[in-house]
Amino acid sequence: MRIAIIDTSTTRAAIIAEGLREAGLDDQVVIDPQGPLARQIEACAPEVVLINLENPSRDLLEDFFAMSRALDRPIAMFVDQSDAESALAAVDAGVSAYVVDGLAKQRIKPVLDVAIRRFQAFSRLQAELAEARTALADRQTIDRAKAILMRRRGIDEPAAYALLRGHAMQSNRRIAEVAEAIVTSDALMGDLP
Amino acid sequence: MSTEAFRIGFVPLVDAALPILAHELGFAEAEGLALTLVRDVTWATVRDRLLYGHSDAAHMVAPLAIATALGRDRPATAMAVPFVLGLNGNAITFSIALGEACGLGDGLGDPHALGAALREVARARAAAGRRLRFGVVHRYSSHNYMLRYWLAEVGVRPDSDVEIVVTSPTFAADALAAGEVDGICVGEPWNSIAVDRGVGRIALATAQIWRRGVEKVLAMRADVAAERGEATQRLIRALHAAAEWFVRPDTAEASAAILARPAYCDAPVDAILRAITDRLRLVPGGAPVAYPDFMFQYREAANFPWRSQAAWLYAQMTRWDGRGYDPGEAATAAATFRPDLYRAALAGTGAPLPGASSKLEGALGEPIGAGSTQGRLLLGNDRFFDGRAFNPDDIPGYLAGLP
Repeated sequence: MRIAIIDTSTTRAAIIAEGLREAGLDDQVVIDPQGPLARQIEACAPEVVLINLENPSRDLLEDFFAMSRALDRPIAMFVDQSDAESALAAVDAGVSAYVVDGLAKQRIKPVLDVAIRRFQAFSRLQAELAEARTALADRQTIDRAKAILMRRRGIDEPAAYALLRGHAMQSNRRIAEVAEAIVTSDALMGDLP
Repeated sequence: MSTEAFRIGFVPLVDAALPILAHELGFAEAEGLALTLVRDVTWATVRDRLLYGHSDAAHMVAPLAIATALGRDRPATAMAVPFVLGLNGNAITFSIALGEACGLGDGLGDPHALGAALREVARARAAAGRRLRFGVVHRYSSHNYMLRYWLAEVGVRPDSDVEIVVTSPTFAADALAAGEVDGICVGEPWNSIAVDRGVGRIALATAQIWRRGVEKVLAMRADVAAERGEATQRLIRALHAAAEWFVRPDTAEASAAILARPAYCDAPVDAILRAITDRLRLVPGGAPVAYPDFMFQYREAANFPWRSQAAWLYAQMTRWDGRGYDPGEAATAAATFRPDLYRAALAGTGAPLPGASSKLEGALGEPIGAGSTQGRLLLGNDRFFDGRAFNPDDIPGYLAGLP
């Protein structure tokens, strides 16, 4: 069963491909998002196509499926309403699937399950990465604010940090927010006596 | 009045204006609604989010709502269209080369004369083995049907003399620039952006093909519209208030500034402003040309979902899908448009409410007073460029008379 993967994120495409391989689904083609879509699909003649929901080529792809003579059977998405739950899980995860009409449901299910899990894992990774980036940026801002306080108040680092923390607690704000305000005001008014 | 949340899907286009303005300008809030707008760049995703409950309602090309009710490409799902978001507002833009080959002047083309010129070019290109290719935004779009209506009437056979492919509106200008297509039929601001980028020139407004062509609608799942009947009425009132505001000449700049934002169209204010004010820059570097009623969002009860409009779209679907006319499908298509919901929502307001739910489409040459159960209703010229009228009660007869 040949599976084509179309994704605007090449990283996520690789993650899905790997997941499918682990599940023993080796016959797969990752479509180059920069290349001509219809021609690539035509050339690999897949039985299942996975595409991210936010891909700007979905309308074009569906038109191609509807018009295509090359794939001789129409490809339909989620036409089997008995499996609405899988379809919903897929849409929630951000992936859509097209399957050759008539392909047995028990053969599609594992593909969709892998895709859903990998999409979810990718979203988690992205969220963690964004969190890590924020944490790093926060740390840098706090360090700069501490340096400003140390310089202008003539205090040492633990005292500068205690000042930041105390003010944050009092004003019910995050330490990074207080630090950000100090850095901003220093940039605008630091040269004033 | 408790606050009701509504998530509304949309594609970045000028005619997504009403839900966006209802949200931004407090018309929704005044009805006790909290709107969240969900932006997507394909109609496929707008439709899937609606079907699987990621959104409660959506800005949608009218034929797609009908296609969904009929089970085209998705499991058949009963749909409700209680409000039309606007008429027309689309254009056909040629590549610079095709415009020159067809002898386009500085103004909008004449549908008949331009069609005759295009027919010759299309035949020459087909004979040379390089058929002209046009991009439309979706198979089930008014753009596709308007373009085909025009082409067929002027003697250019869609799918045999010329190719028609799908191009995402946001990439339409790119497709023209790359030579992937020779022309596009898309909504604004994407025609104007193609002109501003110097890669195309506007040949026709779709309003020249059908003076009052149904365009985007508010689409909902019928079960959601029924379960949330009261909230749906509030939504209709909020959209109606937004429409009344939107068509005021003194609000155009404010609307354009909102629609241009990255969260909405993410496009230049100027191109959006031209579309809203019915002024189109037709050729790169040219002065904008006024074309009245290019977009039509409010007057003449434009937001009323006439069942005959749905029937016309179904007729075009039948014409081009090659599936044959089916009276059951025709009834389902017409029933997707819900004038009953529109009337219930706007009863007791000043809005004119048509007495009928269906009418002869394309039969009016002059403005005429029409029967209403509330307010005074005036309907304007709604002609098709070929002078044909559409009788929703005789679709087979209508289809038989088409080229």
